[in-house]
Amino acid sequence: MTVEVLLPGVLADLAGGSRRLAVDPADPTLAGLLDALAARHPVLERRIRDEAGALRRFVNVYVDGDDVRFAAGLATAVPAGAVVQVLPSVAGG
Amino acid sequence: MADLLAIGTRKGLWLARSDDDRRTWTLDGPHLLAQEVAAVGIDVRGPVPRLLAGVQYGHWGPTVTWSDDLGATWSETDEGAIRFPADTGAALARVWQLRPDTAQRPGVVWAGCEPHSLWRSEDGGRSFGLVRGLWDHPHRPGWEPGGGGGAVHTVLPHPTGERLVVAMSTGGVYVSEDGGGTWRPRNAGIGAVFLPEPAPEYGQCVHKVAVDAGDPDRLYAQNHFGVYRTDDAGGAWTSIAEGLPADFGFPVVASPTTPGTAWVVPLVADAQRVPPGGRLRVHRTRDAGATWTELGAGLPDAAWTAVLRDAVCVDGADPTGVHLGTRDGCVWSSRDEGESFTLVADHLPDVLCVRAARLP
Repeated sequence: MTVEVLLPGVLADLAGGSRRLAVDPADPTLAGLLDALAARHPVLERRIRDEAGALRRFVNVYVDGDDVRFAAGLATAVPAGAVVQVLPSVAGG
Repeated sequence: MADLLAIGTRKGLWLARSDDDRRTWTLDGPHLLAQEVAAVGIDVRGPVPRLLAGVQYGHWGPTVTWSDDLGATWSETDEGAIRFPADTGAALARVWQLRPDTAQRPGVVWAGCEPHSLWRSEDGGRSFGLVRGLWDHPHRPGWEPGGGGGAVHTVLPHPTGERLVVAMSTGGVYVSEDGGGTWRPRNAGIGAVFLPEPAPEYGQCVHKVAVDAGDPDRLYAQNHFGVYRTDDAGGAWTSIAEGLPADFGFPVVASPTTPGTAWVVPLVADAQRVPPGGRLRVHRTRDAGATWTELGAGLPDAAWTAVLRDAVCVDGADPTGVHLGTRDGCVWSSRDEGESFTLVADHLPDVLCVRAARLP
């Protein structure tokens, strides 16, 4: 199965310059997707998830438009053909 | 020969360089733009100077990055320099201190981090291992976060021996005599006005500690109220605050060459983190805290700002230079042991840390 990952421009350099990645997770969950991402782009994955496995506080992830924090978090299902978008939250300065 | 002053701010790193023995400076930056640089180190022990920066990539988490070409390019490992082992269940929140060890221990770099933890690198800061002796200390559950977070913010390796001194907010001073394997709290005599017990074994909010040039057993501490000295590596601390306009503040630095000489930058109080009367000044002792002299020709009046714990440093030149940065983005440099200062930079973001080194 293939999932499309959309990245903000600030992270594109960590994905070979691309803001769109096609990823084939072995486990069809967000955690499985991030594991697959870590194997290809380890620094990119570290920007999204900390070493304890949690999504970083100010990083939001949407699966087909739905915020995973209001779904099952890292256990949110990521079916074939899903679009997973990573966005920085409204914070900082 | 050149002098380098690294300036870490809330939104990036600037590098000031002087080619005329610190009379004038040229500012280069921003490097690492939009990244918080809470810790910076300049390691001059190798074939080329290495800059180490503890950065927070905005939304995207903290790590350590390094540059071997004075900021032109920066590197980090795929795994991240500092990663809590899985069994701890912890995650790195911020790098507060990067301290290259002595020339006798090449490659060794120490990092103090949030949550309260000490880390040791043996490859010049590319990767660090958690110092388990401190992490597993039975006091750790009692270490609370200070206003800026709960962190080991000061790491002082002994110039020749195996002693390590750390300070944390809160927690206080801990000392290891075996290179980090075992640790004892060393806070006797240091106050804790925010706790019901006036002199607890640990839990103090020690803001910074510095080591005397002539005696590694003699330490100076700027506390959350109180300035102290110990002559036995923390066995007993005595107040040296008499003669200062206020005993609150964050930094304390000691001369790298002249015994008994140290500087502090007083602020009114924790609830008034501004210089007394708005006059930004340093105070220097030449007699290990028995007396203090207000210095700082060139520093501003009506400066309602503050100097953070790592935003003062000394250099290794002769005479010793004292450099400081303020929360309103100004950087000042003295090449005469604090007698007078010149402006290096202004209108930067909040200055979090400064470090100086004479480049080979």
